Amino acid sequence: MRKLRITYYDKKTAMKIEINKLHFTYPTGLEALKGINLTIHAGEQVAIVGQNGAGKTTLVRHFNGLLKPTSGSVSIGEWETTKYSTAKLASRVGYVFQNPDEQLFSRDVLSEVSFGPKNLGYTKEKVDELVGRALALTELNDKTETNPYDLSPTWRKMVALASIIAMDTPIIIFDEPTTGQDAVNVGRIAHVIAELKREGKTVITITHDIDFCAENFERVIALSKGQVLLDGSTSEVLGQEEMLAQTYVDPPQLTRLGKRLGLKDTVTKQEEFLNGVVRD
Amino acid sequence: MAFVNLQNVTYKYPLTKEPVLQNINLQIQEGEFVSIIGQNGAGKSTLCYALAGFVPHFFKGEISGEIEVDGKLSSKSTLDTWVLNVGLAFQNPFNQISGAKYTVFEELAFGLENIGVPRDQMKVRVEEAMALTGISDLANRSPYSLSGGQQQRVALTSILVMRPRLLVLDEPTSQMDPIGTREVFGVVRKMAEEGMTVVMVEHKVEWIANFADRVIALKDGQILLEGKPNEVLTSDLLVENNFGISRYTSTAREAKKRGLWKKEKLPVTLDEAVEGFKRNA
Repeated sequence: MRKLRITYYDKKTAMKIEINKLHFTYPTGLEALKGINLTIHAGEQVAIVGQNGAGKTTLVRHFNGLLKPTSGSVSIGEWETTKYSTAKLASRVGYVFQNPDEQLFSRDVLSEVSFGPKNLGYTKEKVDELVGRALALTELNDKTETNPYDLSPTWRKMVALASIIAMDTPIIIFDEPTTGQDAVNVGRIAHVIAELKREGKTVITITHDIDFCAENFERVIALSKGQVLLDGSTSEVLGQEEMLAQTYVDPPQLTRLGKRLGLKDTVTKQEEFLNGVVRD
Repeated sequence: MAFVNLQNVTYKYPLTKEPVLQNINLQIQEGEFVSIIGQNGAGKSTLCYALAGFVPHFFKGEISGEIEVDGKLSSKSTLDTWVLNVGLAFQNPFNQISGAKYTVFEELAFGLENIGVPRDQMKVRVEEAMALTGISDLANRSPYSLSGGQQQRVALTSILVMRPRLLVLDEPTSQMDPIGTREVFGVVRKMAEEGMTVVMVEHKVEWIANFADRVIALKDGQILLEGKPNEVLTSDLLVENNFGISRYTSTAREAKKRGLWKKEKLPVTLDEAVEGFKRNA
């Protein structure tokens, strides 16, 4: 007998983000987004870069409905965000805050990480499975009974990641995941992102850490003053030093080095650079 | 006589089992710019708190050894006098901002009000400090309406306006774009040239190499290494202990194995890397 497996998962392939002529003005009058047009396909790994105040956080907060367009539209799959509550959109878009302390509230790590999937109405078995997977991925298995506020900021960050991953949303947004993290934890976060990619999730990351961006993302969108300045593959975008300077982004270290040495291709990773040095 | 002098400092928070700082001996000269690197949990923030007097005066716990700044012993001082000499910018700017003020300008004047600086002088000092860190245009904004990077600049400015002799900065650029980072390092370097002593916790090693006089690597509450930036930041010990290092250093180390890097010294900065790789050509 053919076993038909219908899960939330199958829908995820169609979970495209479409942004059409998006404008957003804060109540203070600050015009943060000025006509953004973007399509992000299911399963893409996208980094969003740009200077402080470029509109990066404002943009991604439209994806889960924390902000609604002043004009234009944002849709997640078939859902236009103005027609759905943030609670509803939370089943499709997970959002990991820049500062974990804005996100964490439970007495222990296990209840913190379980809160999201429970609220999405999964069965107990499914919740246990999702929580177990999220805890394993973030290496929190030995800390389930700890109060998140007794953990170091590094581990609080991992709890914040785990609590969103456990919701098993097709789209996950990380706002500055590597800020204030040491090399070991940056490695852990890169591993989490690689794993989510393998599962076919869409990962959208805001970051100032351009070397991290170069090593972990396929597509880069550079914002400047509320508009899309550049959008393309990582090497296409990060090679454009002069354009990036407009939004105060320096190309990755190895890209700058490759340029200074006159390598023909834009390099973003160590192997590409060393091959370039041998070749050119 | 060193301006900052730590002798055998060992410290344990009230609720921790193990000491967070162990036998720290550290001398810093007046006007020196020292950068501290280390993993999360290495004791970097605690060392900042110790220099700023919060350890042990605010956090309590058990301390041994002596902390001396400008000839005064922390053990013989109180926090309210200690902070007149030493300014600390917290890692998270949310913790710095008082919450009592509506505008950035008032926020920056808050510390000066508390120490009784006359109104006209207060205005001049706030304006000078804002110009120095490039935030004059934020004067009338609410501190809470700012981006993370902007809040960090306000937090730094709120310390600089107090004109401390020792400036302690705990990851002051963590949420900043490269321009912000460059400006902060530039301002801090300038303050050091003018005689302010600076201790700055940072992960951005390329910037440290370009600006700091000395680097201290902390691990598990102890000093693992200290010395000139290039010496410390290219040390094999950092790799063995999972410190974050410059891509220039790691790539040159790999290139050296393949015979593509011939110099003895490894690079930390772009210029050093360009110089070394060009030489091969």
